[in-house]
Amino acid sequence: MAMLEIHNLHVEVDGNEILRGVDLKVEAGEVHAIMGPNGSGKSTLAQTLAGHEAYEVTQGDVSFLGHADFLEMPPEERARLGFFLAFQYPVEIPGISNAYFLQSSVNEIRKSHGLPELDAIEFQDLLAEKMEQVNVPMQFADRNVNEGFSGGEKKRNEILQMAVLEPRMCVLDETDSGLDIDALRIVSEGINKLRSKERGFILVTHYQRLLDYVKPDYVHVLYRGRLVKSGGPELAAELEAKGYDWIRQTADV
Amino acid sequence: MIPTTSNALWPHFDEDSGRVQSLGGPAWLQTIRRAGVERFAELGLPTHRQEAWRFTNVAPIVKAGFRPALNQPGRTVTAEEVTPLLYCPSWPRIVFVDGVYAPGLGRLQGLPAGVTLGSLATAIAAGDVSVEQHLAKHASETSGFVAMNNALLHDGAYLHVPDGVTLDEPVHILYLATGAREAAAHPRNLVILGAAAKAAVVESYVGLGTSAAYLTNLVSEFVLGEKASLHRHKIVEEGAAGHHLESAAVVQGRESVVESYAMTLTGRTVRNELNVSLAGDGARAELKGLYLNDGERLIDNYLQVTHAAPHCYSRMGYKGVLDGASNAVFTGKVHVLPGAQKTDSNQLNNNLLLSGDATIDTKPQLEIFADDVKCTHGATIGGFPREHLFYFQSRGMTAAMAHAILTYGFASEVVHAIAVPELRARLAKYVFDKYSPK
Ligand SMILES: Nc1ncnc2c1ncn2[C@@H]1O[C@H](COP(=O)(O)OP(=O)(O)O)[C@@H](O)[C@H]1O
Ligand SMILES: [Mg+2]
Repeated sequence: MAMLEIHNLHVEVDGNEILRGVDLKVEAGEVHAIMGPNGSGKSTLAQTLAGHEAYEVTQGDVSFLGHADFLEMPPEERARLGFFLAFQYPVEIPGISNAYFLQSSVNEIRKSHGLPELDAIEFQDLLAEKMEQVNVPMQFADRNVNEGFSGGEKKRNEILQMAVLEPRMCVLDETDSGLDIDALRIVSEGINKLRSKERGFILVTHYQRLLDYVKPDYVHVLYRGRLVKSGGPELAAELEAKGYDWIRQTADV
Repeated sequence: MIPTTSNALWPHFDEDSGRVQSLGGPAWLQTIRRAGVERFAELGLPTHRQEAWRFTNVAPIVKAGFRPALNQPGRTVTAEEVTPLLYCPSWPRIVFVDGVYAPGLGRLQGLPAGVTLGSLATAIAAGDVSVEQHLAKHASETSGFVAMNNALLHDGAYLHVPDGVTLDEPVHILYLATGAREAAAHPRNLVILGAAAKAAVVESYVGLGTSAAYLTNLVSEFVLGEKASLHRHKIVEEGAAGHHLESAAVVQGRESVVESYAMTLTGRTVRNELNVSLAGDGARAELKGLYLNDGERLIDNYLQVTHAAPHCYSRMGYKGVLDGASNAVFTGKVHVLPGAQKTDSNQLNNNLLLSGDATIDTKPQLEIFADDVKCTHGATIGGFPREHLFYFQSRGMTAAMAHAILTYGFASEVVHAIAVPELRARLAKYVFDKYSPK
């Protein structure tokens, strides 16, 4: 059984069906890219997997690391199992430092695995190591969570969180959008450093740009709530060359 | 001498005001007291029919009939009891117990030459002309409580920083309530900063582990000369049944700067009235506050800023956390007088409602008689956005934990703006211990 298995997933938002039967399997160690035009349901898929209550699953099921009841779990339990979503629009949390936020997060996850909590010193060491690994400035630790961060800084902060929490399955929702070329390179290097045999990735992206830096094993096209095309990295290049109209024409048939 | 009797308004008022007058003092002081007696008879006590007291019911305080301790505190307070209340042992400090000056607990040394820190009664007895010049000249009788304070005026904290002098360390003013005799204190603070003088003041109002009912009826006056700078920090930690009513007046000269923090942590009924007059061109006032409310407590922050001169700047930023069946009131009034052009003012009041039984009445108000001004205001009441809670949950934390951390974050924002590190750290810990996940 694959690490993440999505079967015939149908999702409604405010009574509108957005996902209309998605099937996807991601093995540990694989990188899948999901591309698609705006509004096709990419974020809906990501948020549904993370457990946002606004997204109502009407059909289908998802299993993660053998847990067939994944969709019944509250978001925090999914995170504790090792599911991670890098948000397309990370929220700003006033008054809470990144370090405190992440320490609380790490310790909740550790507790759920029966591990002892990290004290402030131990956590500081861990954080410093991870900041170096994914190349974010040390000031990130004391700044409030995403508060006053530029778009690029927010995305880099998501990558830092991913590095600290060491999840098994990472869904990155348009982590490349809004990044200038230097930030894109830093973020991509961060992702590449976190690639491992134990970890799976779904890269949700609108453009091929990111995939030049982070080579996917598979590329899927999401269109109108369905994965209408799947292939290797060459599919991304083809999309880039032909544009989404090409998908519209073939998929509408 | 005065035919009116106010005993019907406040039990034993006539005897107590007579006792205070018999303490003696210069003629000008007796005049203030006698005028206070008369005004108290005229004004009476505030009722909910007065706009400024609409949501703050003082009937239980009146009914309790608290009487001033005058020169006998409820009990002796030891230095060991005071130590944990200090933010830094080296700061100069002055201590009152049940409104009675406690010289043995204070530390008046270590101040620059020319600076006076001491009890008001001592300064009056010494014939300090600045006291005569300023006392009761700035705090207007906004209610019967101020008149009562005038009528019973006998002591309080006095700080005078002369022109051009900067205090290196904050001055700590401590008012300790023992609750031992269910007493009232009617203290009076007077702080005078000369031209270009700079000072930070920390005021602590503390119920010393008492669950008894008592009253602190405080009036404070702050006078700032040209280009003077005052950082004021008022920390209210009254006892669970302690009532605290204050009317403070701040009068600012040209280009003077005030940064004020009103932090209400505990107390049964707390009213922080703050009347700021931006009297000199280019004066600036930054007024911040935090109120942490729960149980059945009442916290009333009543602020008035009068822009009386052009090019002045004022900000109000008050935040409240409202739990249990508590009640909070926020009134922010900005008056822009004719001629106060280029006024720049903003009022913001944010409330975090943690319980459906808690209430908040918030009223930012503007009264503008000049045309070239920038005045804005806003208020919010609510909980946390779902997306914030979800973000925490997506990182492995429960919604309950997210709530606790977000509450801490909300409250700690005001604390983190405080410039005095010892105070900031202590308050940050207080807020953390109160709200962070257990
Ligand atoms: N929380 C939401 N509330 C209402 N509509 C939503 C919500 N999330 C997504 N939608 C709708 O679902 C559709 C797909 O959106 P989304 O999943 O964000 O697409 P993508 O990420 O591919 O651009 C859009 O029509 C969008 O308006
Ligand atoms: Mg999206």
